[in-house]
Amino acid sequence: MPENKNVIYGINGPVVTIKGKTELSMMEMVYVGEKRLIGEVIKLEDDCTTIQVYEETTGLMPGEKVESTGNMLSLVLGPGIIRNIFDGIQRPLSAIEETSGAFIGKGASVDAIDTQKKWDVTIDVKEGDFLESGQVYAHCQESPVILHKMMVPPYIRGKVIECHQDGQYCVNDTIVKLKLDNGMEYCLTLCQKWPIRSPRPTKKRMGVVKPLITGQRVIDTLFPVAKGGAAAIPGGFGTGKTMTQHQLAKWCDADIIIYVGCGERGNEMTQALQEFSELIDPRTGKPLTDRTVLIANTSNMPVAAREASIYTGITIAEYYRDMGYHTALMADSTSRWAEALREISGRLEEMPADEGFPAYLPSRLSEFYERAGYVETLCGEEGSVTLIGAVSPQGSDFSEPVTQNTKRFTRCFWALDKSLAYARHYPAINWNDSYSEYLGELKGWYDENVSVEFIKNRDKICEILLEENGLLEIVNLVGSDMLPDDQKLTLEIARLIRVGFLQQNAFHKDDTFVSLEKQMKMMQVILHLYKKSMKIISKQIPISNILSTGLFDKAVKMKYDIPNDKLEMFDEYINEIDSKLETFFRE
Amino acid sequence: MEIKQKGLKQINGSLVVLEGVENPQYEEMVEIELNDSTKKIGRIVKIDGDKVVVQVFEGTRGISMTNVKTRKTGKPMEIALSPEILGRIFDGLGRPIDSLGEIYPTCHKDVNGAPINPVSRVYPRNYINTGISSIDALTTLIRGQKLPIFSGSGMKHNELAVQIVRQASVADNDDFAIVFAAMGVKNDVAEYFRRSFEEANVLNRVVMFLNLSNDPIIERIITPRCALTAAEYLAYELNKQILVVMTDMTSYAEALREFSSSKGEIPGRKGYPGYLYSDFASLYERAGIIKDSKGSVTQIPILTMPNDDITNPIPDLTGYITEGQIVLDRSLDYKGVYPPIGILASLSRLMKDGIGEGYTRDDHSALSNQLFAVYAKVQDAKSLAGVIGEDELSETDKMYIKFGKEFETRFINQGFYENRTIEETLDLGWELLSMLPKKELDRVDEEILKKHYIEN
Repeated sequence: MPENKNVIYGINGPVVTIKGKTELSMMEMVYVGEKRLIGEVIKLEDDCTTIQVYEETTGLMPGEKVESTGNMLSLVLGPGIIRNIFDGIQRPLSAIEETSGAFIGKGASVDAIDTQKKWDVTIDVKEGDFLESGQVYAHCQESPVILHKMMVPPYIRGKVIECHQDGQYCVNDTIVKLKLDNGMEYCLTLCQKWPIRSPRPTKKRMGVVKPLITGQRVIDTLFPVAKGGAAAIPGGFGTGKTMTQHQLAKWCDADIIIYVGCGERGNEMTQALQEFSELIDPRTGKPLTDRTVLIANTSNMPVAAREASIYTGITIAEYYRDMGYHTALMADSTSRWAEALREISGRLEEMPADEGFPAYLPSRLSEFYERAGYVETLCGEEGSVTLIGAVSPQGSDFSEPVTQNTKRFTRCFWALDKSLAYARHYPAINWNDSYSEYLGELKGWYDENVSVEFIKNRDKICEILLEENGLLEIVNLVGSDMLPDDQKLTLEIARLIRVGFLQQNAFHKDDTFVSLEKQMKMMQVILHLYKKSMKIISKQIPISNILSTGLFDKAVKMKYDIPNDKLEMFDEYINEIDSKLETFFRE
Repeated sequence: MEIKQKGLKQINGSLVVLEGVENPQYEEMVEIELNDSTKKIGRIVKIDGDKVVVQVFEGTRGISMTNVKTRKTGKPMEIALSPEILGRIFDGLGRPIDSLGEIYPTCHKDVNGAPINPVSRVYPRNYINTGISSIDALTTLIRGQKLPIFSGSGMKHNELAVQIVRQASVADNDDFAIVFAAMGVKNDVAEYFRRSFEEANVLNRVVMFLNLSNDPIIERIITPRCALTAAEYLAYELNKQILVVMTDMTSYAEALREFSSSKGEIPGRKGYPGYLYSDFASLYERAGIIKDSKGSVTQIPILTMPNDDITNPIPDLTGYITEGQIVLDRSLDYKGVYPPIGILASLSRLMKDGIGEGYTRDDHSALSNQLFAVYAKVQDAKSLAGVIGEDELSETDKMYIKFGKEFETRFINQGFYENRTIEETLDLGWELLSMLPKKELDRVDEEILKKHYIEN
């Protein structure tokens, strides 16, 4: 019997070895030991098989058996995923709480999604239909805002030979039976399985043309990310990575948010859980939890599961993308994931590359970020996965391997800056170091949907900030009093842009989310003020006269003073600028 | 039945290798008995068939290949606990050393603990009044938080920790207790803490775990785990509010590095093992509040930054796990400011939800934002003054410099026994902000400004 041969020989942290040749295959999921800890085969040799275990290995003994499952580490994809909170290998944490209390026990065997719950299913096919892979055969309302579509799994196609009535079904009930091309029968239930490390197939990849609207000014205006794009947020501790990720998860206009807390703080996940259930999505009027999936592998949970949690997240994102949704995955933080790779690689005694990270770090990162994209799905719909990965560089040093490699595979880079964070300028995205390569592709969308002025104004704002950067070097040497008035004006305007526009208060009810229209109007006011003031300065009128009008101070606070539903107030601002500055011309 | 095994295969630093062990469990404890019947404790850290690697906590001095007998205990490292541990002193492995005898345990607990399920956590919101202005106003400590003190050798981190403990205990009632873990600190320091607890009249509510600088280094890896297990027991089973002070995390990390290199592991940055982050997390993440219990575990780990370098792996990785940090500043310390808290680098992540109306006062968050912003400008003005001289500065910049001085001497600086109420602290903040013209205060709503700004 081959099963008897599979017994534990060596144990070193999360790495377990079996002596001798085994029938196991690469990346196969196995149960390790009497407690049936979940593991994955990561290395096969003639005389030794290596397994990484997703749980604590304390108490494991050599001689305990390793059970093969014949499957790769897979997820169960079906209704019941939304609103749930999972650990790194798709075990619902609330179910674990029921079995093992407030502290996570070992070998908890729970169903990934609730198998008892009945769903109101409508069946969309009839007997005799021929179904292609990815075709929708039934649907049900998973949450008030998400319609869950059951799709024929990839690589499966066949003729419907049996079809149940609409009605209430559990996830494992067969509702449609197919006869495949090879004559075999195939039962379609409400769910399907998919291995986490393989990207789900699509019909074709499309270009990115739409921005992911986040309501955060510095992102939407200066460095937008496209739907189907990938962005990185690097920053040392305390610079607000998590805060930025939370803001994006709350307000971005994706249909479904998958938030992966990968090796981060437990309290943060609790906070996300609580906040998301209290906050109302401005687009649907329903709680944010109705479109959110949380994956929590906190820093003290087993390290191997941390490595898997990223893949669990992206697979769920791809599954909903296949239904024709725009999904966004926030991974906080990918550095912890890379460190998990390093830790396991170290236990395997592999040859380390940069800073002890394994040599395959760049290829793993690129594989991951390439799973983002805007696609035509198998069922003919358009869907996208947007990836936003936080990076926690060691010692805030952006030259370390994870940041550098992430930079290569993402096209949008939001560099968080410690000195901005120290001055409590949030979001602390540094405008000089950040960039977005999507701008060119998205320009058409902005022109068409917001205004042709939008990108022009944005470029103007960038120009002023760049100019400020140059001027500040001089100011740091000689003080600002030495500058001519027109340059002083540039500094004042730049300050207005920084404080009044880029800085955004996540705790202010109006400022936490700002529509593109309001962003546009704010830019207009700022630039109008700039243009008019410049004219006055050119008439040799000192800048202090302009500042004493209070227009600048008022403009700094317009983000708070103008409610999001009263955008017509911006006209008053423009008028006030005109009338107050008009007096200088008369003099 | 007891199986004792004679002899060893190899001894290397604190690690010994045994062969022919039957049914070893990973991370099981073993007892090593020398010929002179002294006993040492070890833990299985690696298994290869019947060959096991054991880490000996008390060091391998005196052990030879033949003079020992080892016995497996069949259990992972455990600590005996009962309500009477309060007021007692233990060594780094949780054995009483205050000559008051053994304790009568009501339970034994695995020192490694288990991760708290995020859905069972309660998000911490209640603030702890420490009576120290710079902490209460700017880096508020929240019950259930882990807020480390980043210090350097020679700075007053111990005094600060003592003051926090003393003043926090005043505000609290009888449910309050302290767990103190010393790792590699000098005898004087441990004695200082003991004396201070005595002075503050809380000694009968303190549990001390001491691994001093002359104690075995490998034991240090277990010390914080014993302390946190005791803390969890007191908090979650006896419903107490626990403040855990752990000092010095730098010594702990060094012990881990020593252990890792003797095991022949591939080192990461500065020779620390690649799993330093996960290891730190397994300690720090044990702070918190859980649903079924009234108690809480709040952690104040203290670490000395080697060479005052905040990018060193120890403070760096700590900062990524903990919910903020209190950073002590060498230049403030030189100026004689106590506590020398460098507020710009300091941060409390849980503060935003634990302050404001219902917790402290409605203007708290506006005030702290404004103080941070203004103090950041003070630094800009200072560096400019360093180039062009203070006289050449603009009027506004001069005002900032003046504000900075007052802020440091009156707000940050306070007496070792001075316990300020939150109202006093906040009012002082407004008084200082009022030194600046109203238009410089751009982080505050008009309404709040009207209420608190003091016109000259």
